[in-house]
Amino acid sequence: MASRLMALWEWFDARMPSVAQEWRKHAAEYYAPKNFNFWYYFGVLSMLVLVIQIVSGIFLTMHYKPDAALAFGSVEYIMRDVSGGWILRYIHSTGASAFFVVVYLHMFRALLYGSHKEPRELIWIFGVLIYLALMAEAFLGYLLPWGQMSYWGAQVIVNLFGVIPFIGPDLALWIRGDYVVSDATLNRFFALHVIALPLVLLGLVVAHILALHDVGSNNPDGVEIKKNKDAQGRPVDGIAFHPYYTVKDTVGAVVFLAIFCIVMFFVPEMGGYFLEANNFIPADPLKTPEHIAPLWYFTPYYSILRAVPPLFDSQFPGVLAMGVAVLILFLLPWLDRSPVKSIRYRGPYYRIALTLFVVAFLILGYLGIESTTVWGQFATTEGSLMDRMLDTKDRATWVARLCTVLYFAFFFLMPWYTARDRVRPVPDRVTM
Amino acid sequence: MSDNPKVDKTRRNLVVATSVVGGAASVGAAIPFVTSMWPSERAKAAGAPVEVDVSAMAPGELKVVEWRGKPVWVIRRTPSMLDSLKKVVAKLTDPASKSSIQPAYAANEHRSVKPEVMVMEGVCTHLGCSPQMKPADAKAEMGADWAGGFYCACHGSKFDLAGRVYRGAPAPTNLTVPPYTFLSDSTLIIGEDKKGA
Repeated sequence: MASRLMALWEWFDARMPSVAQEWRKHAAEYYAPKNFNFWYYFGVLSMLVLVIQIVSGIFLTMHYKPDAALAFGSVEYIMRDVSGGWILRYIHSTGASAFFVVVYLHMFRALLYGSHKEPRELIWIFGVLIYLALMAEAFLGYLLPWGQMSYWGAQVIVNLFGVIPFIGPDLALWIRGDYVVSDATLNRFFALHVIALPLVLLGLVVAHILALHDVGSNNPDGVEIKKNKDAQGRPVDGIAFHPYYTVKDTVGAVVFLAIFCIVMFFVPEMGGYFLEANNFIPADPLKTPEHIAPLWYFTPYYSILRAVPPLFDSQFPGVLAMGVAVLILFLLPWLDRSPVKSIRYRGPYYRIALTLFVVAFLILGYLGIESTTVWGQFATTEGSLMDRMLDTKDRATWVARLCTVLYFAFFFLMPWYTARDRVRPVPDRVTM
Repeated sequence: MSDNPKVDKTRRNLVVATSVVGGAASVGAAIPFVTSMWPSERAKAAGAPVEVDVSAMAPGELKVVEWRGKPVWVIRRTPSMLDSLKKVVAKLTDPASKSSIQPAYAANEHRSVKPEVMVMEGVCTHLGCSPQMKPADAKAEMGADWAGGFYCACHGSKFDLAGRVYRGAPAPTNLTVPPYTFLSDSTLIIGEDKKGA
C-alpha cells in the first residue's frame, strides 16, 4: 500500500515538481529564527481567522438576502430557523472582532521588534494594505444585517467621503448609488464584501508571505540570521518552519480557538462591543439612534475624527486627520531612523514614545465608544478667559485632542527621537 | 532584449503603440463598470417631488416627510417661535446663512418662504444623522438659555428653529433647506422650485 502511494506521488512529482519545490521553499526548508516568542503567534492566527471568516461567510451567504426589505429578516431567519445558523453567524461576528485583535497584536509586534525596518519595508507595506482592506471589509459587512447601527454607521462613513473638497459629494453619491443609503447601497456592499475584498485580501496575504519568505523572518533580537550560515548554507540560528513552527503554531491555534469558542458560546455580543444593541432594531432612515458609535476596532480613529474641530466651515480637517492617522503607517519604515531593530537594544526615547503611543491609542479607543460628555464639562464662568478659549467644555474632547497629538507625535517626531536614541550593541547571534 | 546591441526601432515602436492603445482600451472598458455604480434611473425617479398638506397642522407641530429617502421637516412656527430666532443670533455660527445651503427664496432671516412654515432637511450637516426636536421647555436637558430647536445626538450639534447651528458644535453649517414651493395656501411641494421664478 505504502509503496503504491509512493509510486503515485512519484508519478505526480515527475509531472508537477513545483508542488514539492514550493513546499520545501515555504515550509520544510524555510529557516525561521529559533528564538520566536509569544508575539510571533499572531501572524499565523490572522491567517487562521481569515480561513474561519471565509468558510463561515460562504455558509452565511446561502441563507442571507441582500435586499433592504429582506436583509434584516433573513438574519433573524439565520438565527432562529436555519439549523446551526446561529453558530455560523456568531462564528462570523466573533471572527470579525478576533481578526482585529490578532492583527493589532501582530502590528504591535512589528513596532516592538522593528519588523518594518530594512530589508522588510515591502512586507510592512503589504501588511498595511491588508489592514486597510480588512477595515473596508469590516465596514462593508457591518451594513449587511441592515440594523439601525448598520444603517447610520454607513451613513456617517459614506458622508466622510462627502466632505472631501470638490469631488466629495459626487463620490459619496457614487459609493451609495442613491441619494441616501438604500437598497442599492446594500446590494453593492454585499458584492464587495463577499467577492471583491476577499479576493484582494487573499492576494495581499500571498504577497505579504512571499515578501517575507524572500528576505526571511525578523526575530525578537532583530538579528539577521542569514548573515551567519553553516557549511550547507543554512542559517545557524534558523530552524525549519516545518515541523518546528507548525507544531508550535498548532499549540497557539488550539489556545486561540479555545478562547474564541468561549466568546462565541457565552458572550457573542461581548456586552455590545462585538454586536451593538441598536443593531437588533431594523434600519430606519428617518430616525437616528440616540447614541451611535462604531465597533471597537474603529474607535481610535473615530475619536480622532471627533477631536478635530471644524475649520473654515468644513469638517474636512477632522476627516483628513483620521485618514492621515491610518495612512501614515505606510511611512513607518522611513520615519524610523534607529540603527537597531529590536526594542531590546533601543534606548529610552523609543521605549517612552511607544508606551505613550499605546496608551494614547487605547484612550482614544475607549473615548470613541463613549459619548463626548462621558467625563463631564469643565466648570467655567460665563465670559471668563477660559470660557472664551474653549470651543467645547467637554473634558473628554480635550483628552481626545491630547491623545491625538500624542498619536501623531509618535510618527512625526520619530525621525528625530530614533536617530538620537542611546542604543545598545546588538549581538551577532540570537539570544534565547 | 537589453543584451541585443541593435534595437529594432520599428518593433519597439509597435510594442509601445500597442501598449498605449491597449491601455486606452482598458480605461474605456472600465467606463461601463464605473457608470453602473451611479444612481439608477429608478433611484432617480424615486427622487420625485413630494406634496405636503400644511392646512391641518397645529401651531408648533413638526411633520416629517420622506423625500429622496431623507427626512424633511415641515414646522408650523408660532409667533413666539419666530421671536426666538432673533434672540439667539449672537450664539450662532452662521446667523445670516451665508455659507449654508438654501434656495434664494429661503435666504432670509427666517429661512423660509412664509415665516410661519419652515421646511428643511432633518439631516445634520456634520455627518448625516437626524437631529431631534427639543422645544423651548426642554430647559432641564438643554440648559437654562435654551430657546427651542434641534439637537443631534450623534455628535452633539445644536440648531435653532430655523435650522441655524449654534457655535461650538461639530456641524459646520446650518441645516439645508430643500427646494420647495407652495401650490396653494394649504399645499406645498418639496423638491421642486416655482417654475420661472
